[in-house]
Amino acid sequence: MFCKKSTLVTFLFSIVLFLATANATIAQDAAEGESLFKNNCAACHNTSDEVLVGPGLKGITERRPIEWIVNWVHNPQAVIASGDKYANELYNKFNKAAMTPYPNFSEGQIKGIMAYIEAANAAPAAPAAGAAPAASAAPAEGAKSSGGMMEVLLVGLLVIMVLVLIALLSIVNTLSKLSGTDAASSEVPLLQRFSENAKKLAANSAVKTGIIVLVLLLGGKATIDAAYGIGIHQGYAPEQPIKFSHKLHAGQYQINCNYCHTGVYEGKGANVPSANICMNCHNAIKRESPEIQKIYRALENDEPIQWVRVHNLPDLAYFNHAQHTNVGGLECKSCHGEIEKMEVVEQRSSLTMGWCIDCHRQTDVNAKGNAYYDKLVEIHNKDSKTPLKVQNIGGLECSKCHY
Amino acid sequence: MENSNKRYWKGIEELTNEPSFVKNIHNEFGNMPSETDAKGDSLVDGSGTHRRDFLKMLGFGVAAVSLAACESPVKKTIPYLNKPEDVEPTIANWYASTYTDGGDYASILVKTREGRPIKIEGNKLSSVSKGTLSGRAHASVLSLYDNEKLKGPQSAGKATDWASLDTAFTAKLAEVAAKGGQIRIVSNTLLSPSTKKVIADFAAKYPTTQHITYDANSAYGLTAAHGGILPAIDFSQAKTIVSLGADFLGTWIAPTEFAAQWAITRRVGSDKEGKKTMSRHYQFETILSNTGANADYRATYKPSQEGLVAISLYNAVAKLTGAAAVAGASVKVDHLDKAAKDLVASKGASIVVSGSTDPEVQKMVAATNALVGAYGTTINTGQAVHYRQGNDAAMASFIQEVAAGSIAAVIFYNANPVYNHPQGAALAAALPKVGLSLATNDRADETASLCQFIAPDSHYLESWNDAEPKAGFYSLTQPTISTIFKTRQAQSSFLTWAGAGNDFAAYLESNWEKNILKGGKVAWNNALHDGVFEPNAVSVSAASPSIDVNASAGAIAKTYAASSTELEITVYEKVGLGTGSQANNPWLQEFPEPVSKACWDNYATISQPTATKLNLKQGDVVEVGAKGYKVSLPVLVQPGQAQDTIAIAIGYGRSKAGKSADGVGVNAYPFLVAGALTATISPTGESKDIAQTQTHHTVMARQAVVQETVLGDFAKDPLSGRYNPTILTSEGKKNATDISLWNGHKYNNHAWGMVIDLNTCTGCSACVISCSAENNVPVVGRQEVINRREMHWMRIDRYYSSDAEVEDLKGLEIASDNPEVVFQPMLCQHCNNAPCETVCPVLATTHSTEGLNQMTYNRCIGTRYCANNCPYKVRRFNWFRYFQTDDFDFHFNNDLGRMVINPDVTVRSRGVMEKCSMCVQRIQEGKLTAKKEKRRPVDGEIQVACAQSCPTNAITFGDMNNPESEISKLLEVEKEGRAYHVIEEINVKPNISYLMKVRNKDTKKEA
Repeated sequence: MFCKKSTLVTFLFSIVLFLATANATIAQDAAEGESLFKNNCAACHNTSDEVLVGPGLKGITERRPIEWIVNWVHNPQAVIASGDKYANELYNKFNKAAMTPYPNFSEGQIKGIMAYIEAANAAPAAPAAGAAPAASAAPAEGAKSSGGMMEVLLVGLLVIMVLVLIALLSIVNTLSKLSGTDAASSEVPLLQRFSENAKKLAANSAVKTGIIVLVLLLGGKATIDAAYGIGIHQGYAPEQPIKFSHKLHAGQYQINCNYCHTGVYEGKGANVPSANICMNCHNAIKRESPEIQKIYRALENDEPIQWVRVHNLPDLAYFNHAQHTNVGGLECKSCHGEIEKMEVVEQRSSLTMGWCIDCHRQTDVNAKGNAYYDKLVEIHNKDSKTPLKVQNIGGLECSKCHY
Repeated sequence: MENSNKRYWKGIEELTNEPSFVKNIHNEFGNMPSETDAKGDSLVDGSGTHRRDFLKMLGFGVAAVSLAACESPVKKTIPYLNKPEDVEPTIANWYASTYTDGGDYASILVKTREGRPIKIEGNKLSSVSKGTLSGRAHASVLSLYDNEKLKGPQSAGKATDWASLDTAFTAKLAEVAAKGGQIRIVSNTLLSPSTKKVIADFAAKYPTTQHITYDANSAYGLTAAHGGILPAIDFSQAKTIVSLGADFLGTWIAPTEFAAQWAITRRVGSDKEGKKTMSRHYQFETILSNTGANADYRATYKPSQEGLVAISLYNAVAKLTGAAAVAGASVKVDHLDKAAKDLVASKGASIVVSGSTDPEVQKMVAATNALVGAYGTTINTGQAVHYRQGNDAAMASFIQEVAAGSIAAVIFYNANPVYNHPQGAALAAALPKVGLSLATNDRADETASLCQFIAPDSHYLESWNDAEPKAGFYSLTQPTISTIFKTRQAQSSFLTWAGAGNDFAAYLESNWEKNILKGGKVAWNNALHDGVFEPNAVSVSAASPSIDVNASAGAIAKTYAASSTELEITVYEKVGLGTGSQANNPWLQEFPEPVSKACWDNYATISQPTATKLNLKQGDVVEVGAKGYKVSLPVLVQPGQAQDTIAIAIGYGRSKAGKSADGVGVNAYPFLVAGALTATISPTGESKDIAQTQTHHTVMARQAVVQETVLGDFAKDPLSGRYNPTILTSEGKKNATDISLWNGHKYNNHAWGMVIDLNTCTGCSACVISCSAENNVPVVGRQEVINRREMHWMRIDRYYSSDAEVEDLKGLEIASDNPEVVFQPMLCQHCNNAPCETVCPVLATTHSTEGLNQMTYNRCIGTRYCANNCPYKVRRFNWFRYFQTDDFDFHFNNDLGRMVINPDVTVRSRGVMEKCSMCVQRIQEGKLTAKKEKRRPVDGEIQVACAQSCPTNAITFGDMNNPESEISKLLEVEKEGRAYHVIEEINVKPNISYLMKVRNKDTKKEA
């Protein structure tokens, strides 16, 4: 049976492999197209037929010939100026807001984008939408189940201990009955005997001390645990002056984080976007929303929007986004959690020094293709079989973060 | 003192083992209040805390902690509304600009963070300033955030707005012009050609206008001797340098440029091919100046002898070159004949400079220069420099005209003659006679407060401007921040009043397009980007001014005397504060003067024998008088000063500059009045402590600190003068550095290190200010400096050495009248066997894998064991919360002043230790840039603040693991030569090496 199953797996796998190789070139184009689309187009266009800033692109290749699309992407104004009917209708429909030209895109790249749009629409909508949450939910459940396992184990142990206690008690009982030394006591009712014993027990100074020590220890631990919790704001999700939804922008519309948080690959701070970045899209869309109106008011009154800071590091700790995102190749969600599912942003990680250090102990240095690390990797590999970790290059040193 | 052939001392109190010194030598924190101190109320005077205060603080502390623990305050994060395209928060922008303050000039780069300038560094594209900056230029960024500047224009002492000021002032100007009344614009040297054009436009509109230029530190004598121009001087070509009282490394004309040139001639190498020649530098002067401290041979004269010293030198040179001698009493000054011999021997590569303001003396010096072939080589009359354009005669006649009531209107263009002109008092008395007066000064200072209108000029970092420091060499100033207060740059004001628009930025650009760039290849934007525009090559002229030496000698004979027994006064400029234009800058006030090591004051310096003769000691307050002007100030005993002379620094005694400057010291400008030479001195019976840092943070009794040799010995053996400590072990004598308890560190990545060349360090201390700016070092104030608690991470140790033989024990006890001086920059040595690291109970100071000794403030609990155990005494303890505390009312105590804080460096709180971090924030930033570009850092890309700011490149910083780096190459050459570690015998293996000082003196045999 095992044998059979493995054959089946191999068979299925080979089919998948065959299909994959057959579609390799298309897939590659689509993959490149995906990244191009997400970085350049997604801020204004949807792959579905839903209108964002510009029209939804579902079925675009059927609506227009590819040559027209290429010309349009390279220079929309020129196409409009040429008197193209479709182009002019489109232009007027969208309040005469012209698309940004992308003259540097090659025809291949544009075709890649189209391939991606087709692929995105070709995949059955329901499974595509469902797949991602299912995949990401799995590890979460796994984490939960491992916690549940622990509980089951503990309860099991407790049950076993109670059973052992009962067994021991019954043995003691039998033994004392057998010895017959305490014949009189056996006639005393059980409850009375129990209360007498309890009194004796309570009078015992060793037990008293033991209980006091136990209470003190537990109390102390609770205090220390609570004290450690001071200043940790995991789960902190303050209400913001504008009900901005990351779930909508980063989740549904898949706008790249970098589009708004402009410093995330370059600087120390990722930067809360300035209002003019909001205006890139919202000068055209959802203008009537009371939340968007707040941005207009801020701009009109020349009063900056006072967002509430969610992630607060103390001044004594220096943290640089670029080091972690650009150089380390970490994804935003490694620290910020699944922002794309948050209606209101909350602090997912504890941001304690222990949390930083833990990660620096476990994480491999993203040394591949970075000449800065070449010599370090070489030296490290001489006398170690494990990959180069952040801690091996001084990632635990004080002055990496405190100065 | 077994390890060297000299005895070094930092101060007379150290040499004589005075009780105050002995008391403090083992008390590095100065935390033992004496009984009398307890009467004081202030926390700052070191008197400790009272019981009630303690209870109050305890109660408040408990309450605050429990409140703080309940809920953390909500923090806001406020982005731009409209983010400027080129500003990315947390990423610094650099702009090329130009620093000018009167005739002080430097082409600079301004570092701005989130739109505020926080640091100034040199612009290496400039062939004039070559990236060198003085301490004052570094400190100028703090003057931008001076809260005591005027917040807007004023009329009759009351705030007004620009429109009404313009209306009122132009109406009155028109009135004056209609009547043909005389109008004067008074300024210091203006380096800006466009500004001069603006003034010309103003003069065209009001034809009775004359522009009077004067300088507080005048070089009029030199200009007059050269027919109205200031010749360009190049010390880098000189083999023999003779200076008659010109402090060209510290204060004279363009000191950082000169220091860079001078250093080129002082660099030597220990390897076989290494340079074994140096310039020989003679200094004849009255005070012990920063330049004199660096001279090979030095002798003193009295101010009344100066002219005759020039004649004696001329005659000595003339005798050797066969020229005719001039008449004049000869003065006996040590080394003068030797200097003449060297000058003639290195003919064509010799130079004589003089700091005298007397044109006749300068003429004698010019004639000497002509004899030794300096013109065309070391002095270039073909390329005028514009640093000092002041005309003393014109200014004097202006003051007379004001007194006579013949001036109808005056505009003081950023000039403060009431304070910084010798006849300031006379001018102040006469000013009410002027019908219309206006000042563009940035504050209601001594002069501006006497004017009817004040139209405050913007700071140079808020302004457009240009400069022409040398004929044909241009540079631009661009605003790096919008105006903080309602100020307007003076050029725009002049344009407004002249009715020629009000936009100086456009005016400047069109002037450049028309007259400077002239449609050439370099566009305005390129010039603005580079900061400098230098279309022409240097034109060299060997022409020397024609001088009637006999006439000059005759004039000199009348005013100078070969010998005098009288007590004489001389006035000098301090390296830190200069003329006092930036007196309200706390960084400059707390700047320890290179030689005296005193800050927050000026004082009367006298030599030890003179002090003994007058029965005075350090700190005695005396009344000094000359020509009817009297001041009271404390005495500072200064070795190396001419006998029977008193010297007082200018730049102090401001009365209307702001709280950091007012009442600090006394005004010495009135002593500059002609003929004020003979002085009286009388003790007042009072005494005052001088905030002097020289014996603070001493290295206890360990003294293998300075190593030096003379050139002749060095040429024969690069190891001469080097001291290699050995230790007797069971296996015989061993090098101290070969025995260690520790395993040492292995550096796979970088190994940061520093080499400091004692031969080229002039002690100018620009690095001290640069370090303070980079690392948010707090200013602690006069009293705390006296309490020995200054916070500078970088200190320049100044050692005097006795000229007595090492065997002459009696002689060694006497403070030399003319000691040799060594400057030694001292900062955390980043030891590999660091004594501080092993004693920290909480591991707050640790060693990094890149060789840095790290200090973690948030971990420090303030036991101070590390400082106790530091052999170099480079750790500083935060006794107080120096920010937001009224006891320390400097820039850290107001929101505007705090704008200068470097956001990448923690502001340390009370109770923690701090020290040089080797600018770890810069190292990290440089590494990150390299990592982002997927490459190794290039040598020189990462620079620490002190190395970056050293005008003479005495400090070399770099990665010792990179064989291509400058520091590796330097150490490769010097490790078997001049390189040594301070206190090598304790084998703490510092990452900072020093290069032994070599003096170009005769060897003992030659002498």
